[in-house]
Amino acid sequence: MAKVKVPRKSTSVDMTAMTDVAFLLLTFFMLATQFKPDEPVQVLTPSSVAEIPLPDVDVMLITISNDNRVFFDLQGEHYKKTLLEKMSKKFNVTFTDDEKKKFSDMSSFGLPFAQLKQYINLSSEKRKELQSTGIPYDSLNNELSEWVWQSRLTNNGVRVAIKGDRDVSYPAIKQVINTLQQRDVNRFNFITSMEGAQ
Amino acid sequence: MAEIEGGGGGNKKGGKPHGKKLSTRVDFTPMVDLGFLLITFFMLTTSLNKPKTMELNMPVKGDEIDKTAVKVSQTVTVLLTGNNQILYYFSDPVTLDPMTPQITDYSAGGIRPMLLRENRKRVPKIDSIQVYKDLFRISKISESDMKANISRLKADPEGLIVIIKADDNAKFNNVVDILDEMLICNIGRYAIVDISEPEKELIKNSATLLEAATKNK
Repeated sequence: MAKVKVPRKSTSVDMTAMTDVAFLLLTFFMLATQFKPDEPVQVLTPSSVAEIPLPDVDVMLITISNDNRVFFDLQGEHYKKTLLEKMSKKFNVTFTDDEKKKFSDMSSFGLPFAQLKQYINLSSEKRKELQSTGIPYDSLNNELSEWVWQSRLTNNGVRVAIKGDRDVSYPAIKQVINTLQQRDVNRFNFITSMEGAQ
Repeated sequence: MAEIEGGGGGNKKGGKPHGKKLSTRVDFTPMVDLGFLLITFFMLTTSLNKPKTMELNMPVKGDEIDKTAVKVSQTVTVLLTGNNQILYYFSDPVTLDPMTPQITDYSAGGIRPMLLRENRKRVPKIDSIQVYKDLFRISKISESDMKANISRLKADPEGLIVIIKADDNAKFNNVVDILDEMLICNIGRYAIVDISEPEKELIKNSATLLEAATKNK
């Protein structure tokens, strides 16, 4: 039996279509997403049917981790800088312009004000390693209350968002809500994830 | 597609002699690699879904003037306790004493049927909320009309009022879950209130019942 000769075909494939798809997806991801802010703690938010999206600007974010530590963030670099100036006046700690700039670039932080200066001067890798103690918010030493108040003075239209972990015990939540109410914040948002998205 | 036509076409005859025509075909493989690498990078570093929020309004503290009296028969007190359990009770309309507490949980068959039933009993037309929503979906009414009608129905003075109280064993998850139920059951009036001593006692006294309910699950 004679061998059937199969003509050898080139194995090179036209990659153009694949490039098109790849860059189409790339464009989609670039436009539809936003960068994850690096968070000091992992927080698993409770799920709910609520559908109000979190606004992009003018948000004061209070994060409560599952071990009841509280973290704080104010959106807007300019506001954050002014906030630090106001706080430094209050606590008699001076910050250099460089430190103010670093502070405004930072995401959520959870430290007593006395340790803040040291924290600002750490590199971002060192900051991640550092175990934050959380902002004091008990009735004896309520720095959170001061942060909230000064933020409201800095940005009048600020909205308060509370991002709590599922396992935060109720007394901690109550204490934070009480702190907010003392500062005349009676309307706030709980950040939740979509039902069934987990 | 990928090939670019080299040189102008029909100058084969009579034109200037030129060098050997080279293929202009480019290998796109590295570009695909780069594309997918960037996609991977964006997928890992960005978040696609925006977080959702649940709005909560608390009464202004220390404002004694704006307190409205409500009928006891309209209210139900919901006590959130540990182990994802709920204790709820109605009050006797005549003696105002709390009636026997019931134990339930946050599942769909837990507190939801009770809330729906009690709210419907007081405001029979509450179900038209769904009708308005359907009308909006088929574009028969505008969104503002739908919202106005829904808030009108929710603010019915006869509607069920839910008083939410959480004890120290409750978790944040429980609070969000119960607020969720308020949304689902179309309950317009609810409040988160601090728990009182008698209610703490009530939870303590129901400890054996609560435990039995956990075992039954």
